Amino acid sequence: MSKPVLATTSLAGCFGCHMSFLDIDERILELIELVEFNKSPIDDIKTFTKQCDIGLIEGGCCNSENIHVLKDFRKNCKILVSVGECAIMGGLPALRNGIPVEECLREAYLDGPTVGLNTEKILPNDDELPMLLDKVYPCHEIVKIDYYLPGCPPTADLIWNALIALITGDELKLPYEVVKFD
Amino acid sequence: MKDKVQDIIKKYHDDKTRLMDILIDIQAEYNCIPGEAIEIIAGQLNMSKVDVEQTLSFYHFFTTEPNGKYTVYLNDSMVAEMMGRDEIARAFEEEAGTTFGSVTEDGLIGLFNTSDIGMNDQEPAALINGVPFTSLTISKVKELIAGFKAGKEVKDMIGQTGDGNNSDPRIMSMVNNNCLKRIGSIMCLEYETGWALRRTVHITREAVIEMVKRSNLRGRGGAGFPAGLKWEFCRKSEGDATYLVCNADEGEPGTFKERVVLTEMPEQLFEGMAIAAYAINAKEGILYLRAEYIYLRDYLEDVMETMRKDNLLGKHILGVEGFDFDIRIQMGAGAYVCGEESALIESMEGKRGEPRNRPPFPVQAGYMNQPTVVNNVETLSTVVKIMLNGPDWFKAIGTPESAGTKLLSVAGDCKKPGVYEFEFGTKVNEVLDLVEATSVQAVQIGGPSGVCINPEMFDRNISFEDLSTGGAFIVIGKDRDLLQDVVTNYIDFFIEESCSSCAPCRSLTVILRGKLQKLLNGHGTMNDIDELYRWGQFMKQANRCGLGQTAANPILTTIENFRPLYEALVKTDEDYMSEFDMSKAVEESCKYVDRVPNVH
Repeated sequence: MSKPVLATTSLAGCFGCHMSFLDIDERILELIELVEFNKSPIDDIKTFTKQCDIGLIEGGCCNSENIHVLKDFRKNCKILVSVGECAIMGGLPALRNGIPVEECLREAYLDGPTVGLNTEKILPNDDELPMLLDKVYPCHEIVKIDYYLPGCPPTADLIWNALIALITGDELKLPYEVVKFD
Repeated sequence: MKDKVQDIIKKYHDDKTRLMDILIDIQAEYNCIPGEAIEIIAGQLNMSKVDVEQTLSFYHFFTTEPNGKYTVYLNDSMVAEMMGRDEIARAFEEEAGTTFGSVTEDGLIGLFNTSDIGMNDQEPAALINGVPFTSLTISKVKELIAGFKAGKEVKDMIGQTGDGNNSDPRIMSMVNNNCLKRIGSIMCLEYETGWALRRTVHITREAVIEMVKRSNLRGRGGAGFPAGLKWEFCRKSEGDATYLVCNADEGEPGTFKERVVLTEMPEQLFEGMAIAAYAINAKEGILYLRAEYIYLRDYLEDVMETMRKDNLLGKHILGVEGFDFDIRIQMGAGAYVCGEESALIESMEGKRGEPRNRPPFPVQAGYMNQPTVVNNVETLSTVVKIMLNGPDWFKAIGTPESAGTKLLSVAGDCKKPGVYEFEFGTKVNEVLDLVEATSVQAVQIGGPSGVCINPEMFDRNISFEDLSTGGAFIVIGKDRDLLQDVVTNYIDFFIEESCSSCAPCRSLTVILRGKLQKLLNGHGTMNDIDELYRWGQFMKQANRCGLGQTAANPILTTIENFRPLYEALVKTDEDYMSEFDMSKAVEESCKYVDRVPNVH
């Protein structure tokens, strides 16, 4: 039987969930025996080359590109997992929700304390750039999400346990230590 | 300003636990609490500015900007909407020339929405500078705004005064009490003030507690905790002082029975407080009166003054050496959650009305960290009749687990809204007959936190063991859109009133509201209904107080009892549907950065 195919991506996240994923340490050797990686920052494959079994999504959607990538993942993965607070709820980036987009852009590019180099007061509007959304959306409001792994970030053990459960079909063991955050 | 603010603070002896009173007085003086006043308070009370601000920002009726010489707070609760408050709101906006949530440019008129003001039997209703105006019509609104512009006194614009004691010179309100339509057998039983207390002081404190325990009297606020047991726990707790608090903060939309008790039989309540104080040996009693009932304050103070003269309050009550007890009124400032007893205590201590973690319970460490009994208005008033007629007489009325009677505030689609006293065990159908409700789609028992029942359940009864209610009984007619008109209004209420301390109460309410709206928009799936239900159930386990634990009840109980209404909203067989619209989502940012949206 061929190995299950895994894809991962970071949308409006900080890559912290991917870092946490790498915290599985030496188990990564075990992992590459168990799965084949496709589109993912881990192997740097940029586009899907085949249909995948599992897609791990870090981060919510703050711009048009995030939406395209997420929809692409839905199309190419049998199972989609929201990994971490940002994918599940929008997380830190969603702090801007409730503040008008105009105000955010003004603060980021025109008025904020770090805009000194933008002497020409340019707002990013090149057609090649992703378009900013009115707010940050959690992934499940855009596409169907099958599973959610909570945490900021979810611990390496949680990600590991969940992946193993998905691959083997065994029941997911979630001891308290793995999902407690206080 | 400095002198005036300092005078106010001095009036409360520089006591920071009286911050509520200080803020209430300042708000009344300046129509807001100016930044300068906050600094003076902080300096004088030796608090940080943010400590003052966190209290004031918690309460609906405190504002940091002037809220108008004439401030209209129009009720936006569900029954108000049923009775046409939106039309009245539009009339206010047109006549005043400003929108809700703002003040006219000349600072004359402020228009604001507010959660229930306890007038659901005579909606649409508003508070204007604290004075209730009920059964509002468009012509009345025109008259009011013209009056504001002419500089009239608010009190002079009420027109005819209402029934019962509402016409008492000490109240002079246009409120109608639709007074106790069925003369019930306990609360409404006539008696002479002072009799019950006279009997009480002839027996020991322990014997009083024993009598209340034997009567099986349970708290009338909603939770139904045995009153005698609460008193006993308090009596056995050690402390330097013991306090008795009467919770008159009925904020549950649809509840207005305490308004009627406070207006028509305050002596009975104060006497009940004195009896309870005797039992638990409390010297100080506090009546926490919701801000919306401030129009009753002078009257209640006067009633207490008379009772002091009659030696029913004060020192050596009825000549009994060592029986000293007096009551002060603590005003609230607009916060539903303060009806929860530990939040109410926090508020009385001048803080944000956020529920405490328990244990310790208030009977162990309540007001000022001392043993405190918090009882509801109806509970304490009922005690009077138990002392007069004995526990066995009381226990014989009602059902085995719910002794006595219950005051119901009936409102909504019926001919005779008002306050009724029913024996526990009365069937919903009997209530509906009496209030002349025909063509009923649903009854909401117990306000937003209660249950919404369908006609098949109308033979169930009002009692702690079956349908429990703090007092609200709202009739919803067949022509109402239950989900759009009722459920969304209730969820909005919880979103507004959540103290935001527990994350699920703060966030999940908003998420559930969004999901319900998705269904109402025709974009929902069967999965969405299941998720609404599953997520809603989580609220019960994950929040600290009753508000949060019940905040999903409007959704949960309607899914349980009116599931076909939800299923009718689902237009698809798909198990997932997104409401996301890319063109809309990028419109604003593209416009601002001057770029043509490139959506494909």
